[in-house]
Amino acid sequence: MSELTTTTRAGAGVSEAAGEPVPSVAGTAAVPIIRNAPAGAGLGPVGWARANLFNSWWSSAVTLLLAYFLVKWTLGFLGWGVLNAVWSVPETAAGAMDPERCRAAQGAGACWAMIGDKYRFTLFGRYPYDEQWRPAVVVALFLGLYAISAMRRFWRKELVLIWAATLTVIGLLMWGGVLGMTYVPQDNWGGLPLTLILSTFGLALGFPLAILVALGRRSTNMPAVRLICVVYVELIRGVPLITVLFMASVMFPLFMPEGFNPDKLLRAQIAFILFAAAYLAEVVRGGLQALPKGQYEAADAMGMSYWKKTGLIVLPQALRLVIPPLVNTFIGFFKDTSLVIIIGLFDLLGAGKNAVNDPIWQAYSTEMYLFLGAIYFAFCFVMARYSRGLEQEFSRTVRR
Amino acid sequence: MSGAAANPRSMPARTAPKKPLQFNWSDPRFRNIVWQVLIVGTLALILWFLVSNTQRNLAARNVTTGFTFLGQTAAMPIGEHLIPYESAVNTWGRALLVGILNTLKVAIVGVFFATIWGTLVGVARLSKNWLIAKLAATYVEVLRDVPLLLQLFLWYALIQSLPVPRDAFKPAADGTVPLGILHPLPGVFLSNRGLQVPVLEWETAHWAALAAFVIGIVGTVAWSRAAKRRQEETGVRPKVWPVALGLLVGLPLAAWAAMGAPFTLEMPVAGRFNLTGGALLVSPEFGALTFGLTIYTAAYIAEIVRSGILAVPTGQWEAAGALGLRPGRVLRQVVLPQAMRVIIPPMTSQYLNLTKNSSLAVGIGYQDVTSVANTTMNQTGQNIEGIALLMAVYLIISLGISFYMNRYNARKALVER
Repeated sequence: MSELTTTTRAGAGVSEAAGEPVPSVAGTAAVPIIRNAPAGAGLGPVGWARANLFNSWWSSAVTLLLAYFLVKWTLGFLGWGVLNAVWSVPETAAGAMDPERCRAAQGAGACWAMIGDKYRFTLFGRYPYDEQWRPAVVVALFLGLYAISAMRRFWRKELVLIWAATLTVIGLLMWGGVLGMTYVPQDNWGGLPLTLILSTFGLALGFPLAILVALGRRSTNMPAVRLICVVYVELIRGVPLITVLFMASVMFPLFMPEGFNPDKLLRAQIAFILFAAAYLAEVVRGGLQALPKGQYEAADAMGMSYWKKTGLIVLPQALRLVIPPLVNTFIGFFKDTSLVIIIGLFDLLGAGKNAVNDPIWQAYSTEMYLFLGAIYFAFCFVMARYSRGLEQEFSRTVRR
Repeated sequence: MSGAAANPRSMPARTAPKKPLQFNWSDPRFRNIVWQVLIVGTLALILWFLVSNTQRNLAARNVTTGFTFLGQTAAMPIGEHLIPYESAVNTWGRALLVGILNTLKVAIVGVFFATIWGTLVGVARLSKNWLIAKLAATYVEVLRDVPLLLQLFLWYALIQSLPVPRDAFKPAADGTVPLGILHPLPGVFLSNRGLQVPVLEWETAHWAALAAFVIGIVGTVAWSRAAKRRQEETGVRPKVWPVALGLLVGLPLAAWAAMGAPFTLEMPVAGRFNLTGGALLVSPEFGALTFGLTIYTAAYIAEIVRSGILAVPTGQWEAAGALGLRPGRVLRQVVLPQAMRVIIPPMTSQYLNLTKNSSLAVGIGYQDVTSVANTTMNQTGQNIEGIALLMAVYLIISLGISFYMNRYNARKALVER
């Protein structure tokens, strides 16, 4: 199993390196000018095009061919998605949507009217319709929390308090039952807030566990603890997330004493915490290993206790080293929350898929998946850009 | 966990003579032992709590534990099977085996295509041609930022929106079926039921050709080894490809021709609702899953290949260019072999990811081992055994892949003095 670890850890390293910015003209098969100025710089548009698009007959042929398909497909997509698309449909006498216009346009144009009809269900699931301002506020709170956490000037101890306070408010809003808000059981939560809850709580609670496991795995004089940590990490990482979710949904009820039966969401959340902790632990361990030995020895020489050394010297430096790969893990984790649909929870993907089960919209699942894809993409793209920016900044400060 | 204590094995010279263990809190070894006993004891208590609950719950539900259910007759139809399988005839054990083989099938096909496509995209990202590089970069960015399960749903929905078989066959006025995207070659049909192809009616001559082909492979390997030996001795490398061509193509053809060259194709025929005859080469579920896994994993492989190529020093490109090698040859024979050392370890974890991600099959109805195990658990109630089997299967596959890739890596690794 140790083989497994070494290879996967190297993988994290590369995905980190992969985020490295590449100059607009990087090394090429033909002439590998890796870190030079872009070819054709300062030559004007014609010179630029000759240097970057038509620098050989072969390159020109490929450019023309690709440009042809690009234009053709872009026009085709615009025709389908914009020009011929159906943006709204009339209501029938009974108050339901009449998809006749979509049916007429099928194949030639997209049916965005379906999104218009179903976006509330997709975003908020089965949350009571009149109360949906609450999950909307929750989404806004989550976004604010992420934005604050991303700003380096907020990287201090108070951030933990901000998190605790915001998560409490989020819980109050979702459950209700106080301040005149009606109580909404977890079974009715769904859509985007559920996705954000699963990933945020998974990370927030998995992260401390991950640090403990990483430390345990690195400990040299507690073989029993190390063994437990190694088995935990390798077991979770060796199996797909689905099996962990299955375990949470079918085995968890068996583990609990009679009468105590946690609901689906809590079970999935626990599975996510355990799953995230195993992956994050490996990233943290990478940081612990990358820290020069002198730091550990210096702390020992100062006579610091283990926890003092870890909390004041080792972790602050080690975690800083691995922030970019941590963000990459967050992205993967955010995407992975979509798997809860398989154990029957209505997260963003689950609610969207359920929305297109409606008989009148059944034929338009492509539109729904594109809509959902755009939402997921927006989240992940911002995180990826952020991680890349941090990486650049850090590599600058390290190099000096 | 007081990290100061030196590891006696790594620094034998500096360790002080071993003192006897003191039962005193100031002895770090004593502290370590106490802590470990406490931690292990707590975990054991929790485990005992869970196990005893489980036993009580199982007793209350009248579930008998054990793997005997594997020998009972299964009540689950499986559409795609590589080995003969029939619901209500074969056992749960065989159903799971069918599932495992289906998982392996997706994993092998997916790894094969993802490696090729990912390498192409990775090289394309480094192209000097701005358009190619930007397109490849966009591809990588978009594919990596959308959940795989969503992508699989989309591909599956698109395959299902293909025309029904009847329309794929739409005959022209003269009765022939015109060639088109859905019918690219005679006898090949693409519809919402998958990709249907003609099959060869298998006869003895084909067995002979197959045997000749196997002999050809052995012969080619032997010849290329001999050629390598000759090259090392004399510096001249005998040509390999003519011999390989003769052994791999000529020999089977000759064997087939000598046996009378039988060649009959069984063509798919249009039924009212379905296609009969021929063989379903790619089912919609398998197609969507393999396609989705391939292009998703390829986006990650592309990044690995790109960073591997960038890790090769520029001097290698320049030196190879100075020797007069053409750019394509430089890439294939000088840069990629060196980049492989950087590429292999992360590539291994992508192969593992692809295999684990193939479990998403359950979302689109392809019956891989996860899906079969899930149905088995629902029908027999043997949840613990089902999960344990499932985890064991994935752990074994993961270990197998990493074992093989580590061996490959050891062979490719730079041997230093």
